[in-house]
Amino acid sequence: MTFFTQWFQEPNALWVMIGTTLLGISSGVLGSFAFLRKRGLIGDVLAHAALPGICLAFLITGSKNPFTFMIGAIVSGTLASLVIIWVTRYSRIKEDTALGLVLSVFFGIGIVLLTQIQHSHNGNQSGLDKFLFGQSAALVESDIRVMGISAVILILITFLLFKELKILCFDPQFGAILGFPMRFLDLLLMFLLVIAVVNGLQAAGIVLMAALLITPAAAARYWTERLDHMVLISAGIGALSGILGTIMSGMIEHMSTGPIIVIAATCLFLISLLLAPKRGLISRWIRRYQFQKKQQIRTTKGRESLE
Amino acid sequence: MTPPIEIQNLSVAYHKKLVLTDIHYTSPKGECIGIIGPNGAGKSTLLKAIMGLLPLATGTVLIDGQPIKQQRHKIGYVPQRESVDWDFPTNVFDVVLMGRYGKLGWFRRPNRADRQFAMECLEKVGMAELADRQISQLSGGQQQRVFLARALAQEAQIYLMDEPFAGVDAATEKAIIHVLHDLKQQEKTVFVVHHDLQTVEEYFDSLLLLNRKIIAAGPTKEVFQIDRLQQTYGGKLTVLSTQANAFMVR
Repeated sequence: MTFFTQWFQEPNALWVMIGTTLLGISSGVLGSFAFLRKRGLIGDVLAHAALPGICLAFLITGSKNPFTFMIGAIVSGTLASLVIIWVTRYSRIKEDTALGLVLSVFFGIGIVLLTQIQHSHNGNQSGLDKFLFGQSAALVESDIRVMGISAVILILITFLLFKELKILCFDPQFGAILGFPMRFLDLLLMFLLVIAVVNGLQAAGIVLMAALLITPAAAARYWTERLDHMVLISAGIGALSGILGTIMSGMIEHMSTGPIIVIAATCLFLISLLLAPKRGLISRWIRRYQFQKKQQIRTTKGRESLE
Repeated sequence: MTPPIEIQNLSVAYHKKLVLTDIHYTSPKGECIGIIGPNGAGKSTLLKAIMGLLPLATGTVLIDGQPIKQQRHKIGYVPQRESVDWDFPTNVFDVVLMGRYGKLGWFRRPNRADRQFAMECLEKVGMAELADRQISQLSGGQQQRVFLARALAQEAQIYLMDEPFAGVDAATEKAIIHVLHDLKQQEKTVFVVHHDLQTVEEYFDSLLLLNRKIIAAGPTKEVFQIDRLQQTYGGKLTVLSTQANAFMVR
């Protein structure tokens, strides 16, 4: 108990906690749709594609304002998603290849720019390399405000367009027949994913953000057979990962928060994989065992009646 | 009277390769029309071109005299059941309810009347008691009937069905035939992509024989002839018995 009272007296601890929770919720909600649209890798691509945008934003404005970084990241993330959609539509390249191409090209450009900046005079103080692995301990009130606003916007749009997003993920062709502009909806979902990913870059970093987007959704899928429930559970698992990760990293010294959040999310995923009713591994094993036993009894009974 | 579907000079290309060429077709109204042809003949492509899902290389498609953009609400569609992933977190009733989304438009959610209508559509295909069933737990025939009910929920004038009879059980086949009869009585026009030549005469009033272009179109009695079929299947068709309608497609 003394740990918690001490810890919460640190001025920034509460902000970090709120920030990681918001991050978990928004990536959990949007991750569900990425997961069902079979775009599990998209988080990884969008996170990596954000780096050149962040670097360019710094080179152009010279400011370290997180809001500037965010704009840069959104611009290059959106550009990346447009490239993915265009390449898949207008060439014979399949989506997985397009994802791989876009990730490496954008991240490559980002690393070149980052090296340039770090070798220049004011580069060392830029703090841009923090984006690679994230630094949630450095979150301050203004960051949290930006994260909070974008999380609310994301959740609101998801709520309003729930049925449209559902049909986009289940049967986009049928959606087009019903008269919904599916290309626009697909782009919109990409854009929402960009915002969700960019939202978490500062806290979780480019490398770990992908896991934070898809792991809660993958875990949530084990617990339910309803989309609305899945989105809520995924948001809950995301939030719980954020909270658990923040608390645990506070207990262990010299431990950065981002990786612990991802580990917490992974643990929750493993628990779901094993323990979930119906879809979980253990319940499947039990059902198979019961079925086999029933069959055995039936065959022995059959043999007895024959004798 | 404007025909339900009027196609003029239609051609469709995939990656610069022509799949359909020179399609001219005017459909009768209130009939059940079979689209017959070998694999790769462009049957599904024709359906998608009619619905405006593919860019047309040339030509026009008119639905009740107007382009598809203004007429989407008049079209109901039953896709091939392999076209979606059935391990999606939703149940039978919810999928049928999706048929109402077009009428609802943006943002609005289905109300009680929509739900009741969706339930009636499920009853028509004999699936009402499976309304709460997870879609991953359905047999192939049941999946087909869910898609059929979803199309009925669209309350369309023209129905396009892509191989609804492919690989289904007897109960499903009966349910589909029942629905087709129902639709005909309501003077709706139904297009069915079909493979089984044995049942063609029994199911369809009119036929459209297709192999990259239209080989023949018209009332079944006139069109369903051995020479026409052989022309359509291009030597892949072996006639076993004309009396018993026994054919073999290689």
